[in-house]
Amino acid sequence: MLAFTVVGSFWLEVIFKVGVLRRIKRAALSILPVASIFLTWDYYAVSSGHWFFDKSQVIGIYGPSGIPLEEFLFFIIVPLAGLMTIEAVRAVKKTWSFGDEK
Amino acid sequence: MTYTALALTMTLVAILFDLFVTRSRMVTRKSFWNAYGIMLFFQLITNWWLTSRGILTYDEDVIIGARIAAAPVEDLFFGFSMITMTISLWIFWGRKGIQRR
Repeated sequence: MLAFTVVGSFWLEVIFKVGVLRRIKRAALSILPVASIFLTWDYYAVSSGHWFFDKSQVIGIYGPSGIPLEEFLFFIIVPLAGLMTIEAVRAVKKTWSFGDEK
Repeated sequence: MTYTALALTMTLVAILFDLFVTRSRMVTRKSFWNAYGIMLFFQLITNWWLTSRGILTYDEDVIIGARIAAAPVEDLFFGFSMITMTISLWIFWGRKGIQRR
Protein backbone atom coordinates (compact mmCIF):
# COMPACT_ATOMS: atom_id res chain seq x y z
CA MET A 1 0.00 0.00 0.00
CA LEU A 2 2.87 2.35 0.84
CA ALA A 3 4.64 1.37 -2.37
CA PHE A 4 1.44 2.09 -4.30
CA THR A 5 1.23 5.55 -2.69
CA VAL A 6 4.87 6.29 -3.54
CA VAL A 7 4.45 5.13 -7.15
CA GLY A 8 1.13 6.95 -7.43
CA SER A 9 2.38 10.33 -6.26
CA PHE A 10 6.15 10.67 -6.52
CA TRP A 11 6.06 10.84 -10.33
CA LEU A 12 4.49 14.27 -9.80
CA GLU A 13 7.96 15.37 -8.61
CA VAL A 14 9.41 14.47 -12.00
CA ILE A 15 6.64 15.43 -14.39
CA PHE A 16 5.24 18.55 -12.71
CA LYS A 17 8.39 19.45 -10.78
CA VAL A 18 6.25 20.02 -7.68
CA GLY A 19 9.44 20.40 -5.61
CA VAL A 20 8.11 18.99 -2.36
CA LEU A 21 11.16 16.78 -1.74
CA ARG A 22 13.43 19.70 -2.64
CA ARG A 23 11.65 21.81 0.00
CA ILE A 24 12.21 19.16 2.64
CA LYS A 25 12.43 21.62 5.55
CA ARG A 26 9.03 23.11 4.78
CA ALA A 27 7.65 19.59 4.26
CA ALA A 28 9.07 18.39 7.59
CA LEU A 29 7.65 21.44 9.42
CA SER A 30 4.25 20.62 7.92
CA ILE A 31 4.26 16.84 8.31
CA LEU A 32 5.95 16.16 11.66
CA PRO A 33 3.68 18.21 13.98
CA VAL A 34 0.57 16.71 12.38
CA ALA A 35 2.08 13.20 12.31
CA SER A 36 2.77 13.41 16.04
CA ILE A 37 -0.89 14.22 16.73
CA PHE A 38 -2.11 11.38 14.54
CA LEU A 39 0.44 8.93 15.93
CA THR A 40 -0.91 9.76 19.39
CA TRP A 41 -4.37 8.95 18.08
CA ASP A 42 -3.03 5.73 16.54
CA TYR A 43 -1.31 4.81 19.80
CA TYR A 44 -4.57 5.35 21.70
CA ALA A 45 -6.57 3.39 19.09
CA VAL A 46 -4.20 0.42 19.08
CA SER A 47 -3.96 0.42 22.90
CA SER A 48 -7.76 0.51 23.22
CA GLY A 49 -8.24 -2.13 20.53
CA HIS A 50 -10.04 0.12 18.01
CA TRP A 51 -8.05 -1.48 15.21
CA PHE A 52 -5.60 -4.33 14.78
CA PHE A 53 -2.76 -5.12 12.37
CA ASP A 54 -2.39 -8.64 10.97
CA LYS A 55 0.99 -9.77 12.27
CA SER A 56 1.47 -12.12 9.30
CA GLN A 57 1.17 -9.24 6.81
CA VAL A 58 3.64 -6.73 8.28
CA ILE A 59 7.43 -6.78 8.25
CA GLY A 60 7.51 -7.47 11.98
CA ILE A 61 9.34 -4.45 13.39
CA TYR A 62 7.28 -2.80 16.11
CA GLY A 63 7.39 0.47 18.01
CA PRO A 64 5.57 1.39 21.23
CA SER A 65 2.19 -0.27 21.79
CA GLY A 66 2.87 -2.75 19.00
CA ILE A 67 2.58 -0.21 16.21
CA PRO A 68 4.25 -1.71 13.10
CA LEU A 69 7.07 0.11 11.29
CA GLU A 70 4.75 0.45 8.26
CA GLU A 71 2.34 2.51 10.35
CA PHE A 72 5.05 5.04 11.23
CA LEU A 73 6.00 5.29 7.57
CA PHE A 74 2.30 5.78 6.72
CA PHE A 75 2.29 9.06 8.64
CA ILE A 76 5.23 10.33 6.55
CA ILE A 77 4.44 8.92 3.09
CA VAL A 78 0.73 9.76 2.95
CA PRO A 79 1.13 13.45 3.91
CA LEU A 80 4.06 13.74 1.46
CA ALA A 81 1.77 12.42 -1.27
CA GLY A 82 -0.82 14.98 -0.15
CA LEU A 83 1.63 17.87 -0.46
CA MET A 84 2.69 16.64 -3.91
CA THR A 85 -0.97 16.50 -4.91
CA ILE A 86 -1.76 20.09 -3.90
CA GLU A 87 1.45 21.30 -5.60
CA ALA A 88 0.57 19.32 -8.74
CA VAL A 89 -2.84 21.04 -8.80
CA ARG A 90 -0.97 24.35 -8.52
CA ALA A 91 1.29 23.35 -11.43
CA VAL A 92 -1.73 22.63 -13.63
CA LYS A 93 -4.04 25.46 -12.45
CA LYS A 94 -1.74 28.45 -12.32
CA THR A 95 -4.54 31.00 -11.82
CA TRP A 96 -6.16 29.35 -8.79
CA SER A 97 -5.46 30.71 -5.32
CA PHE A 98 -3.63 28.59 -2.75
CA GLY A 99 -3.14 31.19 -0.05
CA ASP A 100 0.66 31.49 -0.02
CA GLU A 101 1.25 33.54 -3.15
CA LYS A 102 2.91 36.96 -2.82
CA MET B 1 -13.96 7.63 22.96
CA THR B 2 -15.15 5.62 19.99
CA TYR B 3 -13.43 5.88 16.61
CA THR B 4 -16.59 7.59 15.32
CA ALA B 5 -16.48 10.31 17.99
CA LEU B 6 -12.74 10.84 17.59
CA ALA B 7 -12.95 11.05 13.80
CA LEU B 8 -15.70 13.67 13.91
CA THR B 9 -13.91 15.64 16.63
CA MET B 10 -10.63 15.69 14.69
CA THR B 11 -12.43 16.74 11.51
CA LEU B 12 -13.82 19.75 13.40
CA VAL B 13 -10.38 20.41 14.94
CA ALA B 14 -8.76 20.30 11.47
CA ILE B 15 -11.26 22.79 10.03
CA LEU B 16 -10.85 25.17 12.99
CA PHE B 17 -7.05 24.77 12.79
CA ASP B 18 -7.13 25.69 9.10
CA LEU B 19 -9.45 28.68 9.55
CA PHE B 20 -8.19 30.20 12.80
CA VAL B 21 -4.74 28.83 13.66
CA THR B 22 -2.85 28.75 10.36
CA ARG B 23 -5.45 31.02 8.73
CA SER B 24 -4.62 29.36 5.39
CA ARG B 25 -8.37 28.90 4.81
CA MET B 26 -7.77 25.91 2.54
CA VAL B 27 -11.30 24.60 3.14
CA THR B 28 -12.61 27.70 1.34
CA ARG B 29 -10.47 27.13 -1.76
CA LYS B 30 -11.32 25.26 -4.95
CA SER B 31 -7.63 24.34 -5.31
CA PHE B 32 -7.74 22.40 -2.02
CA TRP B 33 -11.00 20.58 -2.82
CA ASN B 34 -9.63 19.51 -6.20
CA ALA B 35 -6.53 18.08 -4.55
CA TYR B 36 -8.69 16.45 -1.87
CA GLY B 37 -10.87 14.82 -4.52
CA ILE B 38 -7.81 13.27 -6.14
CA MET B 39 -6.56 12.03 -2.77
CA LEU B 40 -9.96 10.66 -1.81
CA PHE B 41 -10.01 8.54 -4.97
CA PHE B 42 -6.66 7.00 -4.05
CA GLN B 43 -7.60 6.65 -0.40
CA LEU B 44 -10.59 4.51 -1.40
CA ILE B 45 -8.25 2.19 -3.32
CA THR B 46 -5.70 1.88 -0.50
CA ASN B 47 -8.44 1.58 2.15
CA TRP B 48 -10.01 -1.24 0.18
CA TRP B 49 -6.65 -2.97 -0.14
CA LEU B 50 -5.78 -2.73 3.55
CA THR B 51 -9.22 -3.71 4.83
CA SER B 52 -10.38 -6.35 2.36
CA ARG B 53 -7.13 -8.29 2.78
CA GLY B 54 -7.42 -8.11 6.54
CA ILE B 55 -4.16 -6.20 6.98
CA LEU B 56 -6.25 -3.89 9.18
CA THR B 57 -9.32 -4.95 11.14
CA TYR B 58 -11.59 -2.79 13.25
CA ASP B 59 -13.49 -3.34 16.47
CA GLU B 60 -17.15 -3.24 15.41
CA ASP B 61 -18.08 -1.71 18.78
CA VAL B 62 -16.23 1.57 18.19
CA ILE B 63 -17.46 2.28 14.64
CA ILE B 64 -20.88 3.20 13.34
CA GLY B 65 -20.78 0.26 10.91
CA ALA B 66 -21.15 2.05 7.59
CA ARG B 67 -18.39 1.00 5.18
CA ILE B 68 -17.12 2.50 1.95
CA ALA B 69 -14.76 0.42 -0.18
CA ALA B 70 -14.56 -2.18 2.63
CA ALA B 71 -13.24 0.33 5.19
CA PRO B 72 -15.19 2.11 7.95
CA VAL B 73 -16.56 5.50 6.88
CA GLU B 74 -14.62 6.93 9.85
CA ASP B 75 -11.39 6.39 7.89
CA LEU B 76 -12.42 9.09 5.44
CA PHE B 77 -12.69 11.59 8.30
CA PHE B 78 -9.33 10.42 9.67
CA GLY B 79 -7.73 10.97 6.26
CA PHE B 80 -9.45 14.29 5.69
CA SER B 81 -8.36 15.74 9.03
CA MET B 82 -4.74 14.57 8.64
CA ILE B 83 -4.35 15.83 5.08
CA THR B 84 -6.16 19.12 5.75
CA MET B 85 -3.94 19.99 8.70
CA THR B 86 -0.77 19.07 6.78
CA ILE B 87 -1.63 21.11 3.67
CA SER B 88 -2.87 24.01 5.81
CA LEU B 89 0.51 24.09 7.61
CA TRP B 90 2.43 23.79 4.32
CA ILE B 91 0.63 26.87 2.98
CA PHE B 92 1.19 28.65 6.32
CA TRP B 93 4.99 28.11 6.11
CA GLY B 94 4.95 29.23 2.49
CA ARG B 95 3.24 32.45 3.50
CA LYS B 96 5.91 32.90 6.20
CA GLY B 97 8.52 32.74 3.44
CA ILE B 98 9.94 29.30 4.26
CA GLN B 99 11.03 27.60 1.03
CA ARG B 100 8.32 29.38 -0.89
CA ARG B 101 9.71 27.99 -4.16
